[in-house]
Formats: sequence, structure tokens, C-alpha cells
Amino acid sequence: MYVVVVGGGKVGYYLAKSLLETGHEVLVIEKDPRKYAALADELGANVMWGDGCEAALMAEIGLGRAAVVAAVTGDDEDNLVICQVARRKFNVPRTIARINNPKNEGIFRKLGIDVTVSSTAAILSQIEQLLPAQSLLHLLTLRSVGVSFVELEIPANSPALGRPLRQLGIPDDCILSLIVRLDGTKGIIPYGDTVLEAGDQVIAVTSEASEPVLRRILWG
Amino acid sequence: MRIVIVGCGRVGAHLAQSLVKKDHQVSVVDRNGGAFARLGGDFPGSLVLGTGIDEDVLRKAGIEQADVLIAVTNGDNTNIMAAQVAREIFGVPRAICRIYDPLREEIYRDMGLETTCPTILGATRIEEILGN
Repeated sequence: MYVVVVGGGKVGYYLAKSLLETGHEVLVIEKDPRKYAALADELGANVMWGDGCEAALMAEIGLGRAAVVAAVTGDDEDNLVICQVARRKFNVPRTIARINNPKNEGIFRKLGIDVTVSSTAAILSQIEQLLPAQSLLHLLTLRSVGVSFVELEIPANSPALGRPLRQLGIPDDCILSLIVRLDGTKGIIPYGDTVLEAGDQVIAVTSEASEPVLRRILWG
Repeated sequence: MRIVIVGCGRVGAHLAQSLVKKDHQVSVVDRNGGAFARLGGDFPGSLVLGTGIDEDVLRKAGIEQADVLIAVTNGDNTNIMAAQVAREIFGVPRAICRIYDPLREEIYRDMGLETTCPTILGATRIEEILGN
């Protein structure tokens, strides 16, 4: 697969190295001449010096042939434009943008970027896992259908304790799919009669709209 | 009109001063506080320190009530993103952005942004002068 990586910082460098090791054709584009020189020492012809946002350069490197463009510079606005131009002008089937400001995730989605990766958001969610009362932990978000897999822990003061699931008013577009109980070794696939206990780890599938409702039902 | 200008360089500052004289309500955003000096001490509009692609910064600048956003920072991509955020996220009726790269300007004009390319304007004008 021909993969174009824009941005030769640490993310771009390790990404390119890993892709080359697995036999892919890779071209890294870096605009800082010093960074470029250091990269070229190791990656040779797989690195090019230039501004990856320039449409003229994109044409020169045959971007239309690329299966994937990964925009991993440290500037969100550059990553956005790289992906949009690759998509619209060169019909690249898959574009991936690194996001530095996690708030830009929603913006990128609205502006048509397929996949975004935010290390800030990933670290944030790991911290949220340590503070379960703060929010639901997002395990996976399927943007195209607006559905998330979330994980949460049932607290000792949860309003959902002592009543079967069917009585909790859980919205139709939200399903509790797995409960991991503290004492048990195996997971419980819940159904309407299942009763939650404090300390249960619950994995649920929910629409974005029903997330706050679920949170209210299980956490109060 | 309520106008948000992103970028207080020569063009941004000149526009801001000219528009306030025409009684428009103007706020200017720049990530470098020193840039506001270009507006002079008696500029009646509001000044917001921060990057013009940040939703919170744009909100502070009154983007939610704005009729127009004008993006004239020295970065093409910042201007492109600011204009798209204004239109798609905040529903600002008009967003005008400056793009130096003629190819990128063409692409985003085709995508429906209101764009201007000083490279082409400047080069065309110089050729006109030459011709005379």
C-alpha cells in the first residue's frame, strides 16, 4: 500500500518506520529542512522536503495513487487542510488526521475527515478511567452511525441498584451488553431481569444522544 | 454588521479600522497581543487574544452573533479552518478567507468558501502596470 505521511516529527517518524518494516511503500513529507535532513539520513528516499499542504507538491508525489494519507503534524489546521485536499482534489480513499486540541474532534468530524487520532484525548480518557464518577469511558466510537461503546462502574449510591434493568427506563437506542461483577470470574450478559450491584463494571452500546440519559440512570 | 476579524496583521488591522469607521461592530482576534498595537490606542472594537481556530476564543469574540468572519492571518490553513469553523459550527452567514496558495484557493472556492488570493491579485496587477 502507498501511504503518505505528512509531518516528520516523532509520530511521523515512528509511523513511517513501522510501515516500512511491514513492507508498505511510504513517503514522509517534512517542511523543516533540519528535521528533513535528519530523517533522510535514516529513511533515504522515503522522505521528501516540502510543504505537505501545497497542492502542487501533492500532485508531484502522485498523491492520487495513495491508499492512505496520514496528516500527523503538530498543527491541527494543517492536518485538516491536508486531509480535505487529499480527499477532494486527489480522491484519496482514506485520510487520517492527528488532532492536538481534543475539542477539534467534533469540528473535524463535521468537516468530513474520516478518522481522527488524538493522543490528548486518549490520555484524558485513561485519566477518566481512574475517576469513574467523572464520565463514561469511551472504548470505541463508530462515528458513521453515531454509536459508542462505553464503560462505567456502578457506584454504591447508584439509583439503579435493587431494581431489574427493565424498570430503569433505559432508552431504546442504548443496550447494556456486558456486566463484569467484582466477585465473579465470568462476565454476565444482562437481560431485563438482571439487577445491578455496586462495583459492577458495565459495558454498554449507546447512541450519542442517549449517553447523558444513561449516565443519569446509572449514576443519578 | 457584526464582524469578527481573525489576524491583526497589516490587512487585518487596516480592515478593522476602516470597518469601525463605517459603524460596524468589529472584534479582532490575534494570538500575539503585540499585534493589536497596529490598531492604535483609540480602537473602539474589542480585542481577543488567542488563536482564531479555537471555538472558545471565537465565542469570546462574539462569533455566535456575528454576521461575517474575515480570516486574514499569515497562515492559509488557519484562515481556511477559521472560515469553516465559522460557517459549519457556528452558522455564520458569511466567512471570507485569504489564501496565498492559488491552488488551495481554487479548491476551497470550489468547496463554497468565499476566498481571495493576494498572489494572483498582486501578480495580475503588476502585469497590468507593466502593460501600460
